[in-house]
Amino acid sequence: MSEFEPKIVGFFCNWCTFTAADLAGTSRLSYPSNIKIIRMMCSGMVDPKYVLKAFLNGADGVLIGGCWPGDCHYINGNLKARRRVAMLTEILKEYGIDEQRFWLRWIAASEGTMLRDVANEMTDKLKQLGPSPFNLSSNRKDLTAMGGL
Amino acid sequence: MANFTKLSFKKGEMNKKLAQFFNDMMEKGVVDALLSPMTQPKRGVMQTLITDSSHLKAIDPFAPVVPLNGAKIASSITTTPSGRKLAMVLRSCEIRALIELGKLRQANFEDVLLIGIDCLGRYENLDFLTLQARGETSESFLEKGLAGDTKIDDFDICGACKICEFPVADNVDLRLCIIGGGTDSLYIESLTSKGDHALEIAGFGIGETPSSRDADVKQLVSARKLARDEGFAKYRESTHGFDGLEGMLAGCINCYNCRVACPVCYCKECVFVTDTFRHNADQYMGWADNFGTLKMPADTMFYHLTRMSHISLFCVGCGQCTSACPNSIDLMPAFRTVAQKTQDRFDYQAGRSHDEEQPLTVFENDELVEVTGQVK
Repeated sequence: MSEFEPKIVGFFCNWCTFTAADLAGTSRLSYPSNIKIIRMMCSGMVDPKYVLKAFLNGADGVLIGGCWPGDCHYINGNLKARRRVAMLTEILKEYGIDEQRFWLRWIAASEGTMLRDVANEMTDKLKQLGPSPFNLSSNRKDLTAMGGL
Repeated sequence: MANFTKLSFKKGEMNKKLAQFFNDMMEKGVVDALLSPMTQPKRGVMQTLITDSSHLKAIDPFAPVVPLNGAKIASSITTTPSGRKLAMVLRSCEIRALIELGKLRQANFEDVLLIGIDCLGRYENLDFLTLQARGETSESFLEKGLAGDTKIDDFDICGACKICEFPVADNVDLRLCIIGGGTDSLYIESLTSKGDHALEIAGFGIGETPSSRDADVKQLVSARKLARDEGFAKYRESTHGFDGLEGMLAGCINCYNCRVACPVCYCKECVFVTDTFRHNADQYMGWADNFGTLKMPADTMFYHLTRMSHISLFCVGCGQCTSACPNSIDLMPAFRTVAQKTQDRFDYQAGRSHDEEQPLTVFENDELVEVTGQVK
C-alpha cells in the first residue's frame, strides 16, 4: 500500500505567502504538491466557513499564510485572522481536529525558503497523523478509500 | 451596599402584589411601559408589552416558562428609540444574551429600566401548558423549587436550566429576589442609581435584607456548577469527535429552528438561506459522485459548525436550540461545551459585562503568539 498522501488546502495572502510561493517556484525550490493553494487578497479574508468547508470536503489539513504582524497590506487583516484562527481552533479541537492540522503561519514575500520549509513540515506532520478524523467518520470511509476529492 | 425592599404577600397573591408594585411604578411615571411575562387570555404565558396599567393584574413574572428567549423581544422594542420609558422583566439568560446584542447595536439600554428575576428554571413549553392546566402556579413551583425539588409529576425543568450557574440576574437595575426570601415574601433589590431612583419615586424605602440570601444563592450556584461540569464531561464522553457529532446530528433536517430560537444568532440574513447555498443540480451530483452518496438535505454539519463559529463566543446556555428542535436533538450541550472553550480562550464570558469587548471585534499586535508559534 502506498504512503498516505495528505490533502492540504492553503489559503495564501496575495501580498506575502502567495508571492513567497511564487518566489519558491522561480528559485526552483521544490515543495510537496500536497498543498493546493487558493489565493486570497488577505489572510483576514479567510472566512471560518472556508476552513470548515475544506475540512468537511476531505482536507486533512488547512494552512493559512499571512503577513507578519505590522506588515499587512490592509494594516491589520492578519491580526483579525489570528483571532479567528484561535477561536476556530477551539471549535475544531472539540471535534477531533487539533492545531496540528490547522496552521496559521506568517510568511513574507521574500521568504520563499520558509514557504518550502513550512510546506514540508506540515506534510510530514500530517503523514504521521494520518487522515483527518472528518474523513474517517463512518459516512466517509468510502471516500478515503477512493482517494478522496 | 445592598438595598432591599421587602414585599410580603398572602398565599396565592404574589402576582397581585407584583402587579401593585408595577402599578405604582407606572402611575407615578417611573416607566411608561412594562415588558413582562403575562398570562394570556387563551392559554399560556408570554412576554407582553403593557402600556395600560389596568392590565397589570395578569402579569406572572416568575412563570417557569420561556416560550422564546426574551432578548430577541427586547431587541425588537429597543433597537430604535420609542421615546417611552420601558421596564423589562427578564431572567439571567435573557439579560446576558441582550447584553451581547447591545454590543452588536441590536439592543439599546438608554430608556430601559432592566429588572432581573431569580430563576430556578423553566419547563418546556408544552409541559408548562400541561402543568398549568393541572392547576400548578408560579407560587407552587417556586415553593417546591426553593426546597430543591423542581420535578412536578413526570415533568422537570429543561436540561439547560439544570446546569445553569446563573440563577441570579446580574447587570440589572432592579432584581426581584425569591431566593432567601421565604415563601410569603420576595425582595426587590436595587443595584444601580437608576434602580434607587425608580424605587424612591415609586415610594419604596430601604427595608430589611434577606438574611440567608447570600448563602442560599451560593449553595444553588455551586450545585449547578457541579451539575454543569458533570453534564459537560458526560456529553464529551458520549459525543466524542466528529463521528460522535455526526451521530448526534443525524436527525437534523436543516429546518434552522435552532438558529431562529437562538437569541444571539445575530445575522440579519442567515447565509444558509442565501443564494450561496442554493446550489445547482450539477453541483449536488458532483458531490454525490465524490462521496458515492450525498445525504440530503446537504450542508447539515457545515451549518452547525458555522453556527458554532458565529455564536459560541456569545452563547449564554439558555437551551432554546434544544427546545426548538422538532427531532429532539439536544444541541445545548454541543454548543455549551464549545462555548466554554472559545470563551475561555479569550477570557470572555457572554453577558458578563457591558464593557468587555467581543473577542473578534478587537485585536492586539502582541497577543496569541502561540497560534503561529513564530517570533520575528
